[in-house]
Amino acid sequence: MPPIVAHLWLIPALPLLAAGVGALTPRRSRRFAAAVALAGMIASFALCCVALRAALADPSAHRHVEFTWFDLGSGAVRLGWLLDPLTAFLCVMVTFVGTLIFVFSLGYMAEDGNFARFFCFLSLFAAAMLGILVANSLLLLFIAWELVGLASYLLIGFWFQKPEAAAAAKKAFITTRIGDLGLLLGLVWLYHATGTLVFYDGGRGCLETAALAHLAMPTAAGGLAASTAIGLLLFCGAAGKSGQFPLHVWLPDAMEGPTPVSALIHAATMVAAGVFLIARIYPLMAADRVLTDVPVHALTVVAFIGAITALLGALIAVAQNDIKRVLAFSTVSQLGYMMLALGVGSWVAAIFHLLTHAFLKALLFLGAGSVLHGAHHEQDIRRLGGLAGRQRVTFATFGIGMMALSGVPFLFSGFWSKEAILHVAGEWEVSRLPLGIGLAAVVLTAFYMTRLIAETFWGAARSEAAEHSHESPAVMTVPLVLLAAGTVGLGVIGTPAWPWLQSKLEGRAIPAQPLFEGGGLMALSIVLVAIGLGAGWALYGRRPRAKAAAADPLACAAPRIYAFLAARMKFDELYAATVGRIFAGFAALSAGLDDWVWDGLVRFLALLGEFVGVVNRNADEDGLNAGFDAAGSRLRGAGRAYSRAQTGEAHGYLCVLALAFVALVILVLWGGGR
Amino acid sequence: MNAVLALIALFTLAGAAAALALRNLIHSALLLIASWFGIAAFYLWAGAEFVAFAQVLVYVGAVSMVVLFAVLLTRRSRADLAPTPESRGRAFSGLFAGAAVAAVLGGTLLGSTLNLTPAGANAPPPRLTVRHLGELLMGPQAAAVLVVGVILTVALIGAVVIAAGGRETARREGP
Amino acid sequence: MTPLQGCLLFSTALFCVGLAGALSRSNMILVLLGIELMLNAANLNFIAFWRYLPSPEPAIGVIFAIFSIAVAAAELAVGLALVIAVYRHRRNVRLQDASLLKG
Repeated sequence: MPPIVAHLWLIPALPLLAAGVGALTPRRSRRFAAAVALAGMIASFALCCVALRAALADPSAHRHVEFTWFDLGSGAVRLGWLLDPLTAFLCVMVTFVGTLIFVFSLGYMAEDGNFARFFCFLSLFAAAMLGILVANSLLLLFIAWELVGLASYLLIGFWFQKPEAAAAAKKAFITTRIGDLGLLLGLVWLYHATGTLVFYDGGRGCLETAALAHLAMPTAAGGLAASTAIGLLLFCGAAGKSGQFPLHVWLPDAMEGPTPVSALIHAATMVAAGVFLIARIYPLMAADRVLTDVPVHALTVVAFIGAITALLGALIAVAQNDIKRVLAFSTVSQLGYMMLALGVGSWVAAIFHLLTHAFLKALLFLGAGSVLHGAHHEQDIRRLGGLAGRQRVTFATFGIGMMALSGVPFLFSGFWSKEAILHVAGEWEVSRLPLGIGLAAVVLTAFYMTRLIAETFWGAARSEAAEHSHESPAVMTVPLVLLAAGTVGLGVIGTPAWPWLQSKLEGRAIPAQPLFEGGGLMALSIVLVAIGLGAGWALYGRRPRAKAAAADPLACAAPRIYAFLAARMKFDELYAATVGRIFAGFAALSAGLDDWVWDGLVRFLALLGEFVGVVNRNADEDGLNAGFDAAGSRLRGAGRAYSRAQTGEAHGYLCVLALAFVALVILVLWGGGR
Repeated sequence: MNAVLALIALFTLAGAAAALALRNLIHSALLLIASWFGIAAFYLWAGAEFVAFAQVLVYVGAVSMVVLFAVLLTRRSRADLAPTPESRGRAFSGLFAGAAVAAVLGGTLLGSTLNLTPAGANAPPPRLTVRHLGELLMGPQAAAVLVVGVILTVALIGAVVIAAGGRETARREGP
Repeated sequence: MTPLQGCLLFSTALFCVGLAGALSRSNMILVLLGIELMLNAANLNFIAFWRYLPSPEPAIGVIFAIFSIAVAAAELAVGLALVIAVYRHRRNVRLQDASLLKG
């Protein structure tokens, strides 16, 4: 086993150490805090590269190390870490993108007073995310999962003085918590069914054939196989973390956090954790494929949820006016694509899309951050415009990201990864509906990205902020350029002609196929991309918006639909009216219970105590005290009576003495004494 | 029972009874002297000469003088020598107490032989020389002698202080 | 009746005379004289027993009696001094009137 495997734990440990040191640095030591965080990330990146090399040397192996956390007697709880190509690729991606975002933050957060705290939280997040990636035990993964949620809460609510930010952090945490409940239930069920939570354990792991064969029998309620039920429960956690329908409501609100946070957490990494989880436990999710008479297969559910999410996100993104919220809903949509890929049977395609999406979404978010930095945090795209000339590098890189996301063919990685997904969806034997939904979303994606870039960069500046915007400093633009390079270059590793990534991930050699192997489907998707781009240009690019207050062309065309989409399809209102009301009812019930029942009991006990006290006092005063007083006065009276025997007369004393002597003698003699 | 003993007893008892019954204090003191003489005679009859002489010396010689002085010093006028008659109740109770004690003691006495054999009852008196007595007093009983000496000294000093103290009051009240 | 019993009866009678006198007279001096008589009666007892009961040391009874006389004399002296002191304060030697120590 290569030595890196035994030291794989260092990959999350180094940023964790950096977070610990950062927690202790004082507020004014800004450079030290940033240096510590960057050092941790760069060191971790170096280790990840070493790990990738080791993993690629033998792609099909899952090399793992375990240790016993504590011994229960009947069994032991074991944790460990795992090295395989999936882990290695994602670790490299997280650390690389993370390092670039850290560097970007040096410039973006330069005026913020809580600079040191920001980097401490970023390091904590990176450590937790890497912990999820290297874990070989579902328990360790869950621990890191929760830590990631905590870091997300801390970072979304970084500007906690703003009430919207605090509320958004709370919403994110609670919504993902609801998903995590399902994850925990699945975890417990898995442990109960297989007796282990370790993924790969030399044949005994829960993802290995013995355990899966045991789980793939229909046992649960409704004729579901155990693996299906467990898989769906674990998917609940993934759905929460990855913003799938119906738990997607927290992602747009999470844009209240600083833009580097949005880039790192809500584009590249944390939201991808859900996708990673499903990819990691893919053998478990796919175990029920052999069964034919179960009511539902786990992966079918995943696929449809993914498809719905993809369409939902794209539709809402069309009607948003905040630059970050457009990107947030775009993320929701792309995550839907990844889940779709997982559901239809190719986790490799999902991971490929995850990798490319990480780069291009981070690029887009950092570009948005650069725009905000230059335009003094003006986030409404209706009030921007004309930035193409004022922020050239930002415009160029943003444009590259936009084209990659839209799926402009051949040159950009986004095209290849999306093609892979559509290709696999086309071959799904269960239904073609996800394919259709995916194709619809392709159009919408191209459309709203064109709208975004047109409103933001083209035309004339529509406000003071846009007028006076300037290019960001190099510390912010260099990461943009690097990410743009990655966005373009990453596509190379996954094309059908050279399926390097796929073969390394799957651990077997995949035969190379012609570049245009997709055939009709590829042509169809290219046409759809062109339609989307064209429509966007027609509505927003040809005649850019003249004034900030001018109406949106789409709003004029279909006002009711536009308003509905702009209101995010009223999901928040729906949840508030249903789930919110239920919980408010519970809270009122609990409050009533507390006020009347428990409080009443306590008050009653207090009254009881008071009553006992009164009784005691009365008993003491009237009983004991009076009794003692009476006894005392009696004694005094007796004393007074006795003292009357002290007549003071010597004669009397002597007389008594003599008579007593006589009496004593008589008594003794009569008593028999001698 | 010796006739001499009976005589001595009668004399002594009569003198004592009379001394305590009379109202005139001087007469009481003088009769008491006679009584003490009677006791000394008894000592002589019993063969304890030394004690007899000690009795005469101390009681008849010194104590009676002290008593007479006290009587004379505590009278306000000549008339006080014969004080008012006593209350009858007290006299009666006193007599009754005395009689009761006498009855009890006498009864116990007469009811036992006191571990005395008839031979012992008529034994001659023990021979005791003054020399032997002196040797005892100065030897084994020396501590007791010293203690008694201290007692006497203290009593003497105390009596003088008590009786002579209060010179101011005497001056205030006049002679 | 043995001679010893006779002597002891004599001393008992003397004792009771002294007791009756001490109890019935109100003059302090006479009370003290009654007490002296009681002490003398005790001395008589000593000598009677010395005369008639055997003892390893023949002089013990006599020595006892001598000491008793000495102590009795000392006691009488102090008592009479007290009587004089009381008389000085109250001009009165009646025993009933000296009852300040009553309860």
